[in-house]
Amino acid sequence: MTTAETTTETPREASALEKVTVRYTINGEQREVEIAPNRTLLEVVRDELRLTGAKEGCGTGDCGACSMIVDGKLITSCLMLAPQADGSEITTIEGVAQDGKLHPLQQQFIDHGAVQCGFCIPGMILAGKALLDSNPAPSELEIREAIAGNLCRCTGYTKIVEAIAAAAD
Amino acid sequence: MRVRIRVRYNAPHMRRFDYFAPTSVEEAVSLLQERGDGARLLAGGTDLLVQMKEAGVHPSAVVSLHAVDELRGISDESDGGLRIGARTLMNDVAAHETVRGAYTALAEGAGVLGSTQTRNMATIGGNIANAAPSADTAPPLAVFDAEAEIAGPGGTRTLPVIELFSGPGSTTLETAEVITAFRLPAVPDHTGSAYQRHTPRKTMDIATVGVSVKLTLADDGSIGDAAICLGAVAPTVIRAGEAERALAGETPSDELFASAGELAQAAASPISDVRGSAEFRRYLIGVMTRRCLGIALERAQA
Repeated sequence: MTTAETTTETPREASALEKVTVRYTINGEQREVEIAPNRTLLEVVRDELRLTGAKEGCGTGDCGACSMIVDGKLITSCLMLAPQADGSEITTIEGVAQDGKLHPLQQQFIDHGAVQCGFCIPGMILAGKALLDSNPAPSELEIREAIAGNLCRCTGYTKIVEAIAAAAD
Repeated sequence: MRVRIRVRYNAPHMRRFDYFAPTSVEEAVSLLQERGDGARLLAGGTDLLVQMKEAGVHPSAVVSLHAVDELRGISDESDGGLRIGARTLMNDVAAHETVRGAYTALAEGAGVLGSTQTRNMATIGGNIANAAPSADTAPPLAVFDAEAEIAGPGGTRTLPVIELFSGPGSTTLETAEVITAFRLPAVPDHTGSAYQRHTPRKTMDIATVGVSVKLTLADDGSIGDAAICLGAVAPTVIRAGEAERALAGETPSDELFASAGELAQAAASPISDVRGSAEFRRYLIGVMTRRCLGIALERAQA
């Protein structure tokens, strides 16, 4: 057992009430926290690390409001057990702006009026970032497919798609 | 009048369990054996965590496979086939060059499942072990006659993927058995394959009907070998054997493909549910089988 060390040395003797220690590099910062293993990454990031940008919408991986980038991959953190991400590099919306300067995606979301209530936006921006990191010049279809796992109930998506396209330019 | 509003935290929650992260298959098998029926294997989590939150699945132990490196990755076999580790992510299956080229239907099945996020978490082994009749990688694996490598307390064994399924959500796996990989036989020249599914929404949906087809052409352009597998129209994915036999040895034509579609319809026993009526599903099988045969033919001729 290399990851998610239990507080005892032998994993097989772990009891249900035992906590595990997990270590993340989250937005470039090393964090360590002791948690019960039935907590999701989303719960730990919000409730223990107090980074509340990621939201819980459905809790079942359908809405994408809890999206984070874990080891370079966009995932829904409500469906990842916190100990599964032990040792990972995690980016949340709080880590997207650098040196007090908004990421181009964030700026374009503002400029295009792509934000209404805002609940889905952290996930939308991370989905856009994951897309642009691997595909710097996506087509409109590729943008729509990249955010297909992120539901927005306000905007109708058009301005979000435009904002991501503009950030790619 | 005072109105009392009860605020309910809406998010589903998981009960407590013992958590294990073994680093080898052997260790995983022995943990499953020790913990018995209360233990569940966790691969990508996109099915299991939803079941634990919403469907009353409350394992006493969760054995996560994320640290078992030997389960991950795709490699060429010495006989020209392909071996896909059970813990390989859907997006990695869908993007793999050999899968896209030689096993196109599988790339299509893996690439259409869920969303980007789902495909970055869900694994091919999990998709099969979860045994949904609508699983998008099951019909493609079946048309390629893929075999599952299974590790258990008594050693390892292999089983054709289609024989793993025994009903919706149930498999023929014994307690403490783990699917470790899928072996896909080499694909002959002049072979084409396709997977298509019907869903009301283009992405992030579950198949109303899924159809996968593989055609291998003889030198004279006739059909040497045909495989058709249907998803979401019976308690398990099923092969349309009569339709396959009706195609073998024949010259491809629209009429031939239409009659194969009718034979495929006869093989199914669809139910009516929220995703479509039995009648609609049966109709779709005909259309989609015909369509998939046309696409597979074009690819086989290319």
